[in-house]
Amino acid sequence: MTQKNRLNGGQIDRDTTLNFTFDGKQYAGHPGDTLASALLANNVRLMGRSFKYHRPRGPLSAGSEEPNAIVELRSGARQEPNTRATTAELFDGLSATSQNRWPSLAFDAMAINDRLSNFLTAGFYYKTFMWPAAFWEKIYEPIIRKAAGLGSLSMRADPDTYDKGFRHCDLLIIGAGPAGLNAALTAGRAGAQVILADEDFRMGGRLNAETYPIADMSGADWAAQTVAELATLSNVRLMPRTTVIGAFDHGIYGAVERVSDHLATPAAGKPRQILWRIYAKQTLLCAGATERPIAFDNNDRPGIMLAASMRAYANRWAATPSHRVAIFTNNDDGHRTAHDLQGKGVKIAAVIDTRQDAPRSYDYEVLQGAQVVDTKGRLGLTFVEVNQVDGSTRTVECGALGVSGGWNPNVHLTCHQRGRPTWDENLAAFVPGGTLPSGMNVAGAANGDFSTHGALKSGANAARKALGLKGRAPAVPEAEDAPGTQTPFWYVEGCSRAWLDQQNDVTVKDVKLSHQEGFRSVEHLKRYTTLGMATDQGKTSNIGGLAIMAELAGKSIPEVGTTIFRPPYTPTAIGVLAGRMRGKEFHPTRLTPSHVWAKERGAVFVEVGNWLRAQWFPLPGETHWRQSVDREVTATRASVGVCDCTTLGKIDVQGSDAATFLNTVYCNGFAKLAVGKTRYGLMLREDGIAMDDGTAARLAEDQFVVTTTTANAGRVYQHMEFVRQCLMPEADVQLISTTEAWAQYAVAGPNSRRLLQKIVDPDHDISNEGFPFMACANITVCGGLRARLFRISFSGELAFEIAVPSRYGDALMRRLMAEGEEFDVTPYGTEALGVMRIEKGHAAGNELNGTTTALNLGMGRMVSKAKDSIGSQLSERPGLNEADALMQVGLRPLSAEDKVTAGGHLMKASGPVDAAHDQGYVTSAAYSPTLGHMIGLGFLKDGGNRMGETLRLVSPVTDLTVEVEVVSAHFVDPEGERVRA
Amino acid sequence: MHDLTPITALGGSAARVDSVGDVTLTEVPDVALASVAARRGHEGVCAQTLESVLGTAAPSPGHAAEGAEYAAFWTGPDQWMLSADFNGYEDIAARIKSEVGDTASVTEQTDAWVCFDLVGPHINAVLELLCNVDLAGFQTGRATRTSIHHLGCYVISTDAGQSVRILGPRASAGSLHHAIITVMASAL
Amino acid sequence: MIINHPLLGPRDSAEFVYLGAAALMDRPDPETASAEDWHDYAYLRDNPAGPHRELWFHEGGDRSILIVTRDTTTHEITGVELAREVASK
Repeated sequence: MTQKNRLNGGQIDRDTTLNFTFDGKQYAGHPGDTLASALLANNVRLMGRSFKYHRPRGPLSAGSEEPNAIVELRSGARQEPNTRATTAELFDGLSATSQNRWPSLAFDAMAINDRLSNFLTAGFYYKTFMWPAAFWEKIYEPIIRKAAGLGSLSMRADPDTYDKGFRHCDLLIIGAGPAGLNAALTAGRAGAQVILADEDFRMGGRLNAETYPIADMSGADWAAQTVAELATLSNVRLMPRTTVIGAFDHGIYGAVERVSDHLATPAAGKPRQILWRIYAKQTLLCAGATERPIAFDNNDRPGIMLAASMRAYANRWAATPSHRVAIFTNNDDGHRTAHDLQGKGVKIAAVIDTRQDAPRSYDYEVLQGAQVVDTKGRLGLTFVEVNQVDGSTRTVECGALGVSGGWNPNVHLTCHQRGRPTWDENLAAFVPGGTLPSGMNVAGAANGDFSTHGALKSGANAARKALGLKGRAPAVPEAEDAPGTQTPFWYVEGCSRAWLDQQNDVTVKDVKLSHQEGFRSVEHLKRYTTLGMATDQGKTSNIGGLAIMAELAGKSIPEVGTTIFRPPYTPTAIGVLAGRMRGKEFHPTRLTPSHVWAKERGAVFVEVGNWLRAQWFPLPGETHWRQSVDREVTATRASVGVCDCTTLGKIDVQGSDAATFLNTVYCNGFAKLAVGKTRYGLMLREDGIAMDDGTAARLAEDQFVVTTTTANAGRVYQHMEFVRQCLMPEADVQLISTTEAWAQYAVAGPNSRRLLQKIVDPDHDISNEGFPFMACANITVCGGLRARLFRISFSGELAFEIAVPSRYGDALMRRLMAEGEEFDVTPYGTEALGVMRIEKGHAAGNELNGTTTALNLGMGRMVSKAKDSIGSQLSERPGLNEADALMQVGLRPLSAEDKVTAGGHLMKASGPVDAAHDQGYVTSAAYSPTLGHMIGLGFLKDGGNRMGETLRLVSPVTDLTVEVEVVSAHFVDPEGERVRA
Repeated sequence: MHDLTPITALGGSAARVDSVGDVTLTEVPDVALASVAARRGHEGVCAQTLESVLGTAAPSPGHAAEGAEYAAFWTGPDQWMLSADFNGYEDIAARIKSEVGDTASVTEQTDAWVCFDLVGPHINAVLELLCNVDLAGFQTGRATRTSIHHLGCYVISTDAGQSVRILGPRASAGSLHHAIITVMASAL
Repeated sequence: MIINHPLLGPRDSAEFVYLGAAALMDRPDPETASAEDWHDYAYLRDNPAGPHRELWFHEGGDRSILIVTRDTTTHEITGVELAREVASK
């Protein structure tokens, strides 16, 4: 296939040919091409269908503002919908597919919508799908969902990876056009840390699209030379292919670098994109300007595009949409396009200029005071109809029409905080205004300095100002310096099906309807018509819609309102926001010191917070988890079991005021706890609700080791820091987490002491007399290794917790297993741990659920009245201490086969089953292998006085009703004889 | 002498070493660590004692210091982490405590952390994808706490642009290691 | 946001955990406080559109709790202090 519309020149590498396909058809282009420029060079103007009416569309622009040329790139899992052909860098083997058409781009059945356009105007959905209400879910929504959306997803996992990164600089320059390049040169030569980011793969901005010179060379050459110099400066970082998508608080910017989008697949190990978080002391926005179209009837045919984009295709990419083009303009810039294309051998059919005093040309015909009123051509422009100044109509034959309505500064990033653009009468455009993001300045066309000279100068000056550079400013190279004044011309009088927002199919008629129906503020206009709410955020359409609404309302544009913009500047892949945090890497995983060993034993693991804990250890032949868990419980209660409890939070509390401190954070007393003793502690929130529980072991007069529940470790540590720094600032207390420093194992069961006596060095007496229940000590094990021993029990058995430095945790577990063989030692997981604590009636997370008090937990008397502690005051509120307050109880099914389920509610033995008669609820339930039936823990109104009562446990959701008896929560060893054995 | 065999934070019997290009990531298990926090009202004495222990002033916020036996970095107001060779200083907490006495609280931290050295001429390209550190100002002797892969880590500049030491929570050593080596492949 | 830590300089707010209004530091004196005082302390917060003194815990840093004066309408930060120093004054 020849590149019929390829012109001479351009910044493409003609020595290399890149083959690509569009809708299955093979084409050729060159390095330097975008998909859009290569398609135009191949005489393809039709690239997509519009969203609502399925109108045939070609590219409107040559950049990221593109509303029309939206395609699917690649295939398989890498298929990416809604990609702008105007920014997609061409690579060999690229496959692109058009969207929103069936069966083909040239013949689209849904184009019937275009014929129905009288019905499908703004507000159509709101008016039509209102009733009957029942139709919504079953009929309307599925139909709309099927019709809506442009591209399609592959429905496969994204095979690419994404990174996130952080960069810091003195000056961030956004946009590498004349202003940005000259700013970077100024700042870079001054030695500042500079980041220059540009969304394009070739830096230079409009300089690459124009023919006029800077000093004695072409603008493009000046850009290339400047970029080359910047690349030699170690303090300047050039970031091409990088879109700054958002300006956030205090000089923080989000930027997406497209590392591999110009490659068929990313290189091994390389990300597709990187989301950079840039910290800039100062920022210079040099984002340039976007040309604005003029609205006229049928202004959306393939071949009709912005005049400066047409010029960019010709100058930078040596491509033209047609060899016969016309221009429709209200300003001199349109004439530049005519001049440049003419110079490349393209026939200029006419320049249609709305101004009666438009400049004439010897090279082509200029129709002064004329306007395009309609166009023809089903799948591509064939001719335009022109109203001439004398009122006559004329037909101009052309395959493309360049439209120029002036320029709008790209103020988007100035709005991301609180900036409100202000209207500049001279430019007839919004310029940056209001409070800009902190540290941001704007230069060049983005600030309304439209000439090349103005951009170069303002870029350099703004950089000097941002960095506080003194001395004489270096000379600005000579360049065109045309005045930037603009006279607005928004739409052709009397037009109706004239497109403003080409992506969302919003016409002048829709804006009129919106006005007529009372949706007149800019925010209502947007939502009623969907103007500017497509993926291009209305970059080429918002101002036009606003101008028309202003005229209809008889107001000025700034009176109607401004349109502000939110991040991201251009559509951003969700994947890059996630970065590496995907799948298994969604969060870091915490492994216990016995993890390797547990894996060898075939443990089943469960996630508890970020921890992976052994849930149970199945043995050969066990086919159901209950078999393993029941065995682990029974074996522990019969002899000895070992469980890794490293995950419990451990906080080292030291200082001469450590005991006073614990007296404040725990509701029960710690001041008198003897050295070498451990005590259970309950921590309340200030409102009297239980926060966490654990133990505190006094290893020395001025040192405690506090344990927290696994889930609350971080929160308790934070709470303790708050108390220490904000409430007890003078206290001598030091805190540090030691959770991961120590491998800690519970050794439980009647043979636990005998097992530990084989581990603990003999000079430490761990007999019942020498080391009674709740004792703690620094000891040594296995011939001298420092360790800690606590005689505490969660299972209700004679039990110890033993801790060694984590690196020895694996070896200690293996040693416990080896030495425990004679006792049939059994490792147990979190399930057996849970069963045993329910059998023993110990509260855990289910009971400390953020609604319960010490009283509810049966620990009301623990709240010391002899001292002040966090929560002690408010826990005395009458509302928390009513006579029928919920109390923790045990529940036993009357029939041993019956099920007890957590979450079920308790009702009296007879009477209504409803919320008004609710007696309480079940928090924990388990099958007790010790008792041979299920048991439960729950909260029951006045539960302490209702032992022996029969209740109904109901769960209407699962249709369950079971008779249960209220019993003591201590199902096993209620006298606590075993723990003291 | 006890007879328990240690494993490294990554679960191996030997330290893990990974290289991409000319950057090498080495797991360093032989580091003994102890936290030293001055007691209220004894901040001055504690800092003086540390100076004599280190042979140089206790590091100021954001800094690290290296002495003959011990190195140290600042971890919080009047709080430092001291390190030494694990071989010979496994009892670092007890040794330091005997020096500072009642002027400071000392807590063994050796096995609370996994330690990695990241060494090579392009480590900054790796670091900027890992953590939010202003590398232009991260000169030799700077130390900071930062988040890597959502893990609170200490990063110490041991030779600016050439070598850093990273301390991360030991239980997440595998996740941290994975994060660093995938980013090495990405950046280098 | 960037919080200018009194000891460590500018740090990203992502390193911090927000702990609420600085009024939490003014815990009532249990000897003298009435039930209303406790109720106000536990449950009532000012919600100003403008400067607000609030606690930020440097969880991912040096574990200092900072009192940050932040304008809730603009995020402008006009003051940063170490809570422990303020509390012990």
